[in-house]
Amino acid sequence: MTGVERVRWCLRGLGQLLITAGVVVLLFCVYELKVTNLYTQQQQHQLDKNLTQEWAATPTEPTPHLAAYEDGKGIARIYFPTLGKDQVHVVVEGVSHEDLKKGPGHYPGTDLPGAIGNMVISGHRTTYGAPFNRLDELKVGDSIVVETRAFFYTYRVTGTTVVQPDAVGETDHVPNQPNAKPTQRLLTLTTCNPKYSASTRLVVRALLEVPLAKGPGVVPPALDGG
Amino acid sequence: MYVWIWRRLPGPMPARVLQVLVLLGIAVALLFFVVFPRVEPLLPYTEVTVNQAPAATSSPG
Repeated sequence: MTGVERVRWCLRGLGQLLITAGVVVLLFCVYELKVTNLYTQQQQHQLDKNLTQEWAATPTEPTPHLAAYEDGKGIARIYFPTLGKDQVHVVVEGVSHEDLKKGPGHYPGTDLPGAIGNMVISGHRTTYGAPFNRLDELKVGDSIVVETRAFFYTYRVTGTTVVQPDAVGETDHVPNQPNAKPTQRLLTLTTCNPKYSASTRLVVRALLEVPLAKGPGVVPPALDGG
Repeated sequence: MYVWIWRRLPGPMPARVLQVLVLLGIAVALLFFVVFPRVEPLLPYTEVTVNQAPAATSSPG
C-alpha cells in the first residue's frame, strides 16, 4: 500500500465510523421516544389490572398509612380531565429510575392522597409513556382527580412554576417552609422542563377541592362527561 | 469495515443480502435491549424529580 492509499483507507474507515455513530445516535432517539413507551404501556396495563383487583378485594379503606405503600406498586390513579379522557395514569410508589419507568411516581415520605400536607408526584415528560408531557397545558382552576381505594379526590390547579432541579423545598409538607405546620391539602406534580431537556423542573400545584367517597355509579363531576 | 464484512459473506447476492439484514437486526437488538437501557440512566434527559434523595419521612395525615 502506498502512502496515498493508506491515507485514503484511513479516511474511508473514519467516514464509515462517523456515519455509524450518527445512525446509533438516531436509533437512541427512536428508542427513547418510541420503544420506552411500549414498556410503560405494558407496565401500566398490568398495574391498572392489579389495582382494580386489589381494590375490588377490599373496597373499604383501612386507615391509610404511608408505610403500607410498597416501592414500585400502584397506589392510585391520576386523571387530567381537561387534557382529555385518555389522560389516566396509575401512580406508583417511589421515584427511582425503575419506578418512573412504570409510570408517575409518588415521592416516598410526602403525604397521602387527600391528606393534609403535600402529596408529590413526579413523571416523565417525553419518554416512558410521557405521562406528564402536557403538564404545561394545565391552567389555574383545571381539575386533577386522584382516585384511591375508597375516594375520588378532586384537586384544582392553583399555579405553575419553573424551578431549579435542586428545589427540594417543593416537596415540603408546606412547600418551601420546611418547619411550618401544614393546614392545606396540596398536590404537587413535577416533571422535567423544557421538553426534551432537563435543565429545570416544571412544578404544578393544586389544592384539594372535594373528596368524594366511591360507590356504585359515583363519578366525580370533573370526570363526568368532561 | 463494511466492505470487509461484505467480501467475507458466503453465497450468491440474495443470500448475502439476507445475511446483512440478519446482522443488522442483531446489532439493533443489542443496542435496544442491552446498550441503551444501560446508557440511559447516565444521561440527564429522564430526570424529572427535584432531588433524587428521598424526602424527610412524615407521619401519615
